[in-house]
Amino acid sequence: MVAAEERAIRLRGVVKRFGGLTAVAGLDLDVPYGTCVGLLGPNGAGKSTTIKSLTAQVIADEGEISILGYRLPEDSKQARAEMGVVPQLDNLDTALTVEQNLLVFSHLYRVPKARRTAAIDRALGIANLRERRTSKVDELSGGMRRRLLIARALLHEPRLLLLDEPTVGLDPQVRQELWALIDRLRSEGVSILMSTHYIEEAERLCDTVTIMSHGRAVASGPPQALIHEHAGVEALEVYGPPSRLLEVEEQARTRGWRTRRTGTSVTVLHSNGAVELDGERRGTNLEDVFVLLTGEQIE
Amino acid sequence: MSALTESSAPVRPRRRLHRLERAAMRGVIVREVVNYSSFWRSSTFSSTVDPTIYLLAFGFGFGSLVSRVAGYRYIDFVGTGIVATTVLFSGAFPAMYGTFVKYSFQHTYDAILAAPVDTEELVTGEALWVALRTGVYGCVPMLVAVVFGLAPSWGMLLVPFIAGLAGFGWATFGIFIAAKSQKIESFSYWQSGLLTPMFLVAGTFFPLTRLPEWAQVLGNFNPLFHCVQLVRHVVFARETVADLGHLAFLLGFALVAWRMAIRFMERKLIL
Repeated sequence: MVAAEERAIRLRGVVKRFGGLTAVAGLDLDVPYGTCVGLLGPNGAGKSTTIKSLTAQVIADEGEISILGYRLPEDSKQARAEMGVVPQLDNLDTALTVEQNLLVFSHLYRVPKARRTAAIDRALGIANLRERRTSKVDELSGGMRRRLLIARALLHEPRLLLLDEPTVGLDPQVRQELWALIDRLRSEGVSILMSTHYIEEAERLCDTVTIMSHGRAVASGPPQALIHEHAGVEALEVYGPPSRLLEVEEQARTRGWRTRRTGTSVTVLHSNGAVELDGERRGTNLEDVFVLLTGEQIE
Repeated sequence: MSALTESSAPVRPRRRLHRLERAAMRGVIVREVVNYSSFWRSSTFSSTVDPTIYLLAFGFGFGSLVSRVAGYRYIDFVGTGIVATTVLFSGAFPAMYGTFVKYSFQHTYDAILAAPVDTEELVTGEALWVALRTGVYGCVPMLVAVVFGLAPSWGMLLVPFIAGLAGFGWATFGIFIAAKSQKIESFSYWQSGLLTPMFLVAGTFFPLTRLPEWAQVLGNFNPLFHCVQLVRHVVFARETVADLGHLAFLLGFALVAWRMAIRFMERKLIL
């Protein structure tokens, strides 16, 4: 099928239940070759379950999954041989050195003996860890460990990279450094699927974004298109005491505008330059879309 | 597909991957060997010193009371029987704790199963590595017994293979226990309820024939007992047809424990 061949990842109607809980509820997802797709959603939206289903560590109850043209779960091993996975939880061997960690995975990823040294050196170079070759993992900073996890996933030059919350828990500086690395990989043609709940991360790195809520894709498209479609061009932030904010929300509702609470303010969307409200005008962003589509309340 | 993608994608033959591939198991074993290089001292210490202490304590303590047991000098009796104890200590326990730690605390299996390795290959590779170690460790207290008067024999050359086979069974049984346990505290039930009685009722330190009949019957279901008998018989060249039965039991134990370990690890790892 041509359609499936054009995509590094293709999910159709994927369902996964854990007992009474439906973690993924009919998910469609596409990652075209050479693009970076972001899987965005609040905690519990089903992102991690989805990522695990791509390595067949979670077996879907219903639906179709194909990766790099292989059907899962039957041909999952072939697919895994050609993709790299950067896990959310650090699972490096901490008693080993940086180089030993990579050596072990060059075997697990079946890099031929003659190419092993070069593959390790290349991965160290990409992750900027050449100077740390002989350091024990225990001695590395959080950012270095995350870079090593990425290096480990790149040893066998995969065509597809899965990143599960790649920058969670890292300092802003370290996060930017990782963004640069991910962006470079994408520019080299690696297809990337990245789950994240950092909206800025998705907005900066991803060609398209799929927003997940309650196990389903509620919107999908390039970040700018999603912003324009769901949040309009301009947002109006109105500040004031709670009573004023309630008033603004009521006013917006009667005009058919959507609003969202931003802690101390109300954001009015789709008002398109209406002047009767007094507030601060700003451009809309993916966060507006995210909150509109996944709900304001934390469950 | 863009030209960029095509140029960066390494050319690979589209081969069909099979079950129990050597490349996958080799990768799992390489991981174990490289990690072992960082803790081999403590592991070797606990796996060989414990049984050696049992050997010396029973040898000197009990050996001063009895001179011959079941037709053997006591040092010969306990110096060969101790192999099974070592196999248990260096097989089941590292497999139980190693598997649990890698699963619950280090999340190692997540990383391995994201590579082209299946649970079956993971379990088999790890158990083969433990079996190799038990094959070597199993001989250590026996060699200590040689210093204390156990006569060396050609049959001793077979002992590493018997210890390795029994070790594979115990390693997979240990992995099975770890797969069944939600908490590491559950190991206490297995240890006190099953492994300790088995370790004592194996004919290592005293013959089963002295026990009540029901204990003798139970002893026949104990893989350690069959390991003890087989080792004793090959070392003293007293093999009988019954030893084929002992060997068959060890093979059967290894086979059943191996499949159970795979089955329960799959339940735990693949959701």
